[in-house]
Amino acid sequence: MKTFRIGGVHPEENKLSADQPIKVAALPEVAVFPLGQHIGAPAKAVVAKGDKVKVGTMIAEAGGFVSAGIYSSVSGTVQKIDTVIDASGYRKPAIYIKVEGDEWEETIDRSEDLVKTADRPDLTPELIVEKIKNAGLVGMGGACFPVHVKLCPPPGAKAECVIINAVECEPYLTADHRLMLEKADQVLVGVDLIMKAVKVNKGYIGIEENKPDAIKLMTEKAQAYPNIEIVPLKTKYPQGGEKQLIDAVIRRQVPAPPAIPISVGAVVQNVGTAYAVYEAVMKNKPLFERIVTVTGKSLAQPSNFLARMGTPMSQLIEACGGLPSDTGKVIGGGPMMGKALMNIEVPICKGSSGVLIMNDKEAKRGKASNCIRCAKCVSACPMGLEPFLLATVSAKANWEKAEAEDITSCIECGSCQFTCPSHRPLLDNIRIGKQTVMGIIRARNTK
Amino acid sequence: MGKLTISLSPHVHSGDSVQNNMLNVIIALVPAALFSLYAFGVGAAVVMLTSVAACVFFEWAITRFILKAEPTVCDLSAALTGLLLGFNLPSNLPIWIIIIGALVAIGIGKMTFGGLGCNIFNPALVGRVFLLISFPVQMTTWPEAGQLGAYTDATTGATPLSVMTTAIKSGDASVLSQLPSSMDMLLGTYSQGGAGCLGEISALALLIGFAWMLFKKTITWHIPVSIIGTVLVFAGLLHVANPVYADPFQVLFSGGLMLGAIFMATDYVSSPMNSKGQVIYGVAIGFLTVVIRNFGAYPEGMSFAILIMNAFTPLINNYCKPKRFGEVVKK
Amino acid sequence: MNVILIAVIVLGAIGLLASLVLFFASKKFAVHEDPRIGQVSEVLPQANCGGCGFPGCSGFAAACVKAADGGSLEGKLCPVGGQPVMEKVAAILGLEAAAAEPKVAVVRCNGSCQNRPRIVEYDGAISCRVANATGAGETACQFGCLGCGDCVGACKFDAIHMNPETGLPEVDEEKCTACGACSKACPRNIIEIRPKGRVVKGSARRVWVDCVNKDKGPVAMKACNVSCIGCGKCVKVCKFEAITLENNLAYIDPEKCKACGQCVNACNVRHAIHATWEVPVPKPKTEDAPAAAPAAPKAEAAVEAPKPAAEETPKAEA
Repeated sequence: MKTFRIGGVHPEENKLSADQPIKVAALPEVAVFPLGQHIGAPAKAVVAKGDKVKVGTMIAEAGGFVSAGIYSSVSGTVQKIDTVIDASGYRKPAIYIKVEGDEWEETIDRSEDLVKTADRPDLTPELIVEKIKNAGLVGMGGACFPVHVKLCPPPGAKAECVIINAVECEPYLTADHRLMLEKADQVLVGVDLIMKAVKVNKGYIGIEENKPDAIKLMTEKAQAYPNIEIVPLKTKYPQGGEKQLIDAVIRRQVPAPPAIPISVGAVVQNVGTAYAVYEAVMKNKPLFERIVTVTGKSLAQPSNFLARMGTPMSQLIEACGGLPSDTGKVIGGGPMMGKALMNIEVPICKGSSGVLIMNDKEAKRGKASNCIRCAKCVSACPMGLEPFLLATVSAKANWEKAEAEDITSCIECGSCQFTCPSHRPLLDNIRIGKQTVMGIIRARNTK
Repeated sequence: MGKLTISLSPHVHSGDSVQNNMLNVIIALVPAALFSLYAFGVGAAVVMLTSVAACVFFEWAITRFILKAEPTVCDLSAALTGLLLGFNLPSNLPIWIIIIGALVAIGIGKMTFGGLGCNIFNPALVGRVFLLISFPVQMTTWPEAGQLGAYTDATTGATPLSVMTTAIKSGDASVLSQLPSSMDMLLGTYSQGGAGCLGEISALALLIGFAWMLFKKTITWHIPVSIIGTVLVFAGLLHVANPVYADPFQVLFSGGLMLGAIFMATDYVSSPMNSKGQVIYGVAIGFLTVVIRNFGAYPEGMSFAILIMNAFTPLINNYCKPKRFGEVVKK
Repeated sequence: MNVILIAVIVLGAIGLLASLVLFFASKKFAVHEDPRIGQVSEVLPQANCGGCGFPGCSGFAAACVKAADGGSLEGKLCPVGGQPVMEKVAAILGLEAAAAEPKVAVVRCNGSCQNRPRIVEYDGAISCRVANATGAGETACQFGCLGCGDCVGACKFDAIHMNPETGLPEVDEEKCTACGACSKACPRNIIEIRPKGRVVKGSARRVWVDCVNKDKGPVAMKACNVSCIGCGKCVKVCKFEAITLENNLAYIDPEKCKACGQCVNACNVRHAIHATWEVPVPKPKTEDAPAAAPAAPKAEAAVEAPKPAAEETPKAEA
């Protein structure tokens, strides 16, 4: 079975909510929309206090080319434009909307009918990209990179294939898994649209073998699409990393930065994004709701929700039986790359793939001891780096050495720290080193 | 509800620990330890227990009274060093010499550098080589296997290594006929000439331990396999060129070669950090061992070869980098 | 005899040849360095701390010589050696030393354990930079001190230490050379290098806003008992226009400040302004008394608050 070729680990899967059908979450009383939900410039608010909005009304426009607009997920009145603590733990500007009823913009097609690409011969690649841009789509896997930017290859680069990331390699999360089981047809149309947008005729959907039902269903449905191939992959973390997925599926390795996936001819999108593309293009529905897994061993009923953006996480946790009293940590995202939250009122954003509850015992890291130079981090690193060395030089602020050792190639997957028998905070230090070195490189390039 | 904890990702851990890894190595040493009890009886038990107890005590005492730090004996690394040191000693060694060896191993070989993870040389080997140079007579007279009740009063005998050295020095290949067969050396079933350090008697017991460590992913195959491969090739070439040099399999299964290749050279702290470096390190150890055994003054070269390459480990680490992602040639 | 002679001749010839090569090489590849650079370097402390803004002491010496050729040493200061060293440097270069004010590092956060409640627990590498990347820190204040001591590690002069009771760093004025290493190490830019201030009765008088919180008043107030909420009282009371208010945060310009202490008394609710001496409290007029009373309960928690807090507290209880 295919997988990527360097490093990797296999954390306990803990897919507790894999057989829980997607439930529609209740509307919040007040929806909060942080303006910086994506990579790139924050969006700019286009509504003011007292404005009436409907579901799907644009409330903030893109702040640049690498940016995305934000659309209201509720109907009601703009309460205030203030700040909110988002997943980063910092207070960021946000729009508060008081919910009144549930009135949708008339342009949105709310019917359940499947619209196939063949039904819409008017769709040119440019029109598809335009519609995606106007729906405020960002990558749904967690990094939140605006989709339209990825679909416009830089001059000189040519896309050869589209790879859909449906591996969901993070433990606990099941949102993509459920999406494939419940919306397989729409996902396939979405993939077809992405292929059309970047003008290629080969698409792959990579699914890890721990989701046999999804592989079976998608393979059956994909019979109708001769250009789309379902690729079962061996379960290994971090297969959902863009570069690892490309390596696993088409056996090509993206060189070190500044090379990007398109350099080897691949355009990678998340399966959730493919579904959002379908809705945006075929149903005129901007991105204002997403599937969120709320899970954790101590939670009464781990579930998958279709939640509106801006819903506070506390509301979803309540719907799963409430926050257990022994909670020690609440994580936005999966356990390997998610962010630990300062409080549970953080709103659901475009990149919130899950909410994970950990009890006191799970929440605490082990006590760090000396590095015993066992080299397990070196064998685990999917980028072929030496984490023990990068962590040390970062902690000693030796940025030149860090750069020479390719610290900028780190994808922050956490495999090194996961595997370290001495419980050393390897990634903590590497992250700081990477940020600093990237800053130094940018400063040098602008000189 | 208590306070929430915040930390950067990852939020889960494999559950692996230093203690766990050390324990796996100790478990891997159990077959060899049992076999040494079978071969040397009381002597083996005394040597192993003294060595382990002394190493653990010195580690505890040094962390407690000199470094005034939290004691680290619970990570089992001192116990492992003690066990390995014991495996490298003859079963008739007096207790006071073993204690000196343990003090040198832990005190000088490990704690002076800052404890586990900071030492340059393998502590057990530092202790062993110190004893070998300071007490050459006691360290090179080995009792014959099978004297279960004897300790310092055991009858000593020739080891396969001394037979090989004699053959080379006299230039008479017929001396080699005194060697046990390579199969006997593998299994540790000697009919004659079966003498040596505790851990050196049965190569098979050591290989069982190797299999265990590979299965538990405690170590990778690179170092042991490259050492064994190099020894087989190099000793084989010598044997073909001149029959006074012993058969490569007899070379491989004699003395501390297997023990060194599987347990001493693979010491985490003093071996290189990536597979490429580990292979270079292994090949160099194999080569040096055969050179020292056949052309040097000492009949055994494994300890010296490992210590020499320990000194080169930082250099190997500096120049040998793992293959970076993206460097792979398109297929 | 013959052998010795031959050896002497051969070695002598080689030596002569080598010396000739060296002689010509030294002429050919000679690098001219101003001898004054070496002389200046000798009087510098050789701490190579980079506090002057140049790469090490030799870099600073070269810069001084270059500046001296331009006619003035203005703007060049070795923060470690201070004025005495600069005078020596000026003497070597035949110039007057530019008068420079002695400076010191000040920590602009008073969010001690009592003043700033911990709302979450941080678990990670003991490094402010890492904690800063993790989130707002253990408290609700996203601007204040994280308490992991990066500044302590950066100090080469043993002049800054964590106070285990408050969880905040404290600067030793005697040892601090104002090299600025701590200020650079702080990911939140809390430590500022400020002039020591005018000396009155043997101690230097300086005043600064002991807070860097830019949040709006209510948010800042909830996060910490002694945060600046941007009320602007101090701005109004300052006669020298030394205080500015930007992003809900007051800042005292050390160039304009005369260390009169008016602002310290004005900030009698939040106690966010710190003075290095005891500012005498003006005799409260009768109509002011009720206004001061509600402030008192909060003042109880203020640890480093200047004298007024201590005096007002019993009044409130009475």
